[in-house]
Amino acid sequence: MPRYMLLTKYDVDSIGAGPMSEWDPDDITAHLEFLRALNQELIDNGELVDMQALTGPELAKIVTFDGQGSPVVTDGPYTEVKEVLAGYQLVDVESEARAIEIAARVSAAPGPGGVPLRNRIEVRQLMGAALEPGDL
Amino acid sequence: MTSTARIEDLLPELAPQVLGAVVRRYGDFDAAEDAVQEALLAAAMHWPAEGLPDNPRGWLIQTAVRRLTDQYRSDQARRRREESAALRELPGAEPAQRDETLVLLFMCCHPALTPASSIALTLRAVAGLSTAEIATAFLVPEATMAQRISRAKQQIKASGIPFRIPAPQEFEARLRSVLHVLYLLFNEGYTSSAGADLHRTDLSGEAIRLTRTMHAMLPEHSEVTGLLALMLLNDARRPARTGAHGELIPLAEQDRTRWNRPAIAEGVRLAATAMSGGVVGEYQLQAAIAALHDGAERAEDTDWPQILGLYGLLARLSGNPIVELNRAVAAAMVHGPRAGLDLLAPLEERLPGHYRLDAVRGHLLDMIGDTEAAAAHYRAAAARTTSEPERQYLVTKAAKLNQQNR
Repeated sequence: MPRYMLLTKYDVDSIGAGPMSEWDPDDITAHLEFLRALNQELIDNGELVDMQALTGPELAKIVTFDGQGSPVVTDGPYTEVKEVLAGYQLVDVESEARAIEIAARVSAAPGPGGVPLRNRIEVRQLMGAALEPGDL
Repeated sequence: MTSTARIEDLLPELAPQVLGAVVRRYGDFDAAEDAVQEALLAAAMHWPAEGLPDNPRGWLIQTAVRRLTDQYRSDQARRRREESAALRELPGAEPAQRDETLVLLFMCCHPALTPASSIALTLRAVAGLSTAEIATAFLVPEATMAQRISRAKQQIKASGIPFRIPAPQEFEARLRSVLHVLYLLFNEGYTSSAGADLHRTDLSGEAIRLTRTMHAMLPEHSEVTGLLALMLLNDARRPARTGAHGELIPLAEQDRTRWNRPAIAEGVRLAATAMSGGVVGEYQLQAAIAALHDGAERAEDTDWPQILGLYGLLARLSGNPIVELNRAVAAAMVHGPRAGLDLLAPLEERLPGHYRLDAVRGHLLDMIGDTEAAAAHYRAAAARTTSEPERQYLVTKAAKLNQQNR
């Protein structure tokens, strides 16, 4: 079955929900409970391969190196980057349609006041092995 | 003392028969499987020291049934089911042993299940792999695979599929779904040889083993024979199909001395038997094509006219546009690349944006000598394939043509 990485992109400006630390605590609980229930459902379906939340951009480092001397390490956050990768789910599903269905549910996770956050979820298929044998 | 090796061979063969017999009596797939696992474990512990019982299969069934009834007894609510199951037993009506394996296959590959569920369940219940082995083979965590298998069992339970050989009027259709599942299982193993992980179960080998069992039970069925032939003939090329680093080597460039000769000999013989059966099916035709490839000593000896004819038959039978793509390649080999390109034109609508269409178009344009257009199609194909070895192959093709164009 095809495997998809669902990347949750969090854009503070366009979402308008502000950082989670400023939400009503009940809204945070509802948000986390929603994602927990969704992941449990994916586990029960035998679809979830892995899921991780990432630490914030404040802890991010960007590393570049030309192979000479010392690598250049830049500390985050990066003000020029508006969109932050918040986490991912790796799912093993029947079809792309199913991956999109799951992504849609992640996107609708509730934010402040229970309003769906409408986070941008990027759906990327993982590369697999070669396909069925042919004549080429 | 009985040799451990003999017991190791015997247990996997008996396991599906025993499971089939227990499910037939109690109808509870999940509980039956646990009980059979325990019986197999008991056999593995006792038999080497105590010797084989007179009737190993009967011993296993009896032990499994005892475990099952022990379990039922400990559960008051289940007791009634045990009693009603005992009433259903028909003494002296023990069906032929091999039927149990066949019925189990029919059940695991029931069309109510998704192919992925069927594959997992078949590997667990019929092939006898552990959940951990199946999970590793499909690169998912064990818990994920355990859930998938358990859901499949629940679906079988909920659908009330009767545990018996399908009725004559639905036999062919049900058999087709069994063969389809085995075919998918084979391809799963065949195509994942890139980046070979020694700890991964050989899924192609399992598919061949299961199809062999099918063939032994239904020796006259020409599509079963055809599928076994097809698997053997494709699998025979596996050692030559990828390079040292998992890179794809196309058929025309493979080192044919590395092909598995005994497998080819058996596959060719089976393909011929299947074709003499009268009724012509898709697996037989694919096997016949594979036999022609495998029978060619060098790529240039390939009997392309006959392959083209077989693809024509296959295209009419299956209506599958991917078959048309292969037919176009064969046409190019017989009548030249322009003939192949002509066959591709009507596929634009049926396979929009499909990378294989671009890959074949690139190949045919390359044959004509239009390297610039060929490179563009190889690039387009590389951008859309979901196979890593294929992407590397296509990117390299495009890069080589670019170099020529400079």
